[in-house]
Amino acid sequence: MNAFSYTRADSVAAALHSAAARPDAAFIAGGTNLIDLMKENVAAPAHLVDITRLSLREIAPSADGGLRIGALVSNSNVASHPEVERRYPLLAEAILSGASAQLRNMATTGGNLLQRTRCYYFYDVGTPCNKREPGTGCPAIAGHNRIHAILGTSEHCIATHPSDMCVALAALSATVIVEGSAGERRIAFADFHRLPGDTPERDTNLAAGELITAVELPARGFAEHASYLKVRDRASYAFALVSVAAALELDGEQVVAARIALGGVAHKPWRDLEAEQQLVGKPARAEEFLRVGEWLVRGARVHTHNAFKVELAKRAVVRALEQARDARPAGPGAVS
Amino acid sequence: MSSFTQPSKAARASAPPDTVSEGRGGALPLRLTVNGRLLELSVVPWTTLLDLLRNTLSLTGTKKGCDHGQCGACTVLVDGTRINACLTLAVMHDGADVLTIEGVADGETLHPLQRAFIERDAFQCGYCTPGQICSALGLLRERRAKRAATTDDDVRELMSGNLCRCGAYPNILAAIRDVLHDPTSGSAAHEPKDDAGGGT
Repeated sequence: MNAFSYTRADSVAAALHSAAARPDAAFIAGGTNLIDLMKENVAAPAHLVDITRLSLREIAPSADGGLRIGALVSNSNVASHPEVERRYPLLAEAILSGASAQLRNMATTGGNLLQRTRCYYFYDVGTPCNKREPGTGCPAIAGHNRIHAILGTSEHCIATHPSDMCVALAALSATVIVEGSAGERRIAFADFHRLPGDTPERDTNLAAGELITAVELPARGFAEHASYLKVRDRASYAFALVSVAAALELDGEQVVAARIALGGVAHKPWRDLEAEQQLVGKPARAEEFLRVGEWLVRGARVHTHNAFKVELAKRAVVRALEQARDARPAGPGAVS
Repeated sequence: MSSFTQPSKAARASAPPDTVSEGRGGALPLRLTVNGRLLELSVVPWTTLLDLLRNTLSLTGTKKGCDHGQCGACTVLVDGTRINACLTLAVMHDGADVLTIEGVADGETLHPLQRAFIERDAFQCGYCTPGQICSALGLLRERRAKRAATTDDDVRELMSGNLCRCGAYPNILAAIRDVLHDPTSGSAAHEPKDDAGGGT
């Protein structure tokens, strides 16, 4: 790890001030991704602002009847919070499907949103990478790309976003609360992460020096019919090849509202409002779910080793929606 | 600079800091309680908790396996919560209470988990064992706090952050199951004092 200087902030204002004074600074909280990136020389901030002492560890009701999760609440504490378990089981299930217990104990809500892709070329400083060093090229496109994206890619980057939690937050239409020198702003979850386009080095729309202070869940939690399905190379402690956060509101057999977000297939959690709309008014049956699955992957662009993800995504959508319909939120490996 | 011999407690407490005042950041003061002993240290900010434990404090029971949070060999408990010591900076834990494998036994009396690991032959080479035991200790605390029933599948899932390349998993599971289902095994004497889990 490179040498760096270190400040421990005691307030959000002090943290923002500290970061503004040093353009080469980074905030650190759980550190589970940033320290790893620093060990690999992928990230080399000259200054770290430790934000772990800030008062951002609360989970509290929000003004609109939802739930506000402080940016520093650990992934474990979000997943085991009684209100999250009761009202947003989709979120709890997604979190518990990711990483390991030790990592979830350290990793924070804000940090989870900012974790970087696990593309092997991004992680290997001996290879070019447009995300790490803009303009150097993307070896994944003609190289090993089994874990890479099939939707929303560009000629510059085919990396995927690695988070499970974010897939559930996308499906739930969460809001990200950030604070910067210009004050607070609220970012709809769909607008928080970016597609690679010709600026793959930018994962999010967070401005320089801005700090995530909370994530807000809306009142509607789809607690009755939700399921997070994660397909991966081993049963636990592996990133998703494809994941699906599915939520339904049903009137008898008929779909009143649907939410579907895909993980492991794009540079950000993938949602398609048109696909969700197609299910409304339809019977909650496998043939309808398959139609929506096919629609979701209609723009897929595959590479040498990841064509399997198209069929996998379709089938995963069907199964996740079936599980949501049947109110069997706990998939294999899920632990309450 | 790591040592395979266990220094006396006095030697541990007065061990010199890792490196001082190099590069862009100088050494910073750090107060840490490690295995019940309060230490006043001075560390450069890029020292991971793992390197502090092993290199500075010569507590080499905590292992460096992958150094990337993928194997769990470095698992310790900080304020009662299991974490990967390789992915956290020592300086971020000022004031914290750290429990490593060296602090799990009560003097010469083994912790029930340690006894169960021996009785169940839950290891071959032993390299992952300190991390397995510290992780299992964290698991026991988490499950008891939740008052939840814990199946074998739950244990497999909740221990998936600890790899054992010898493949002793069935016996590791058996050892943890023994302690999990033995109401007399979690005596307060073996529990770290500070119960602050952080957050809500």
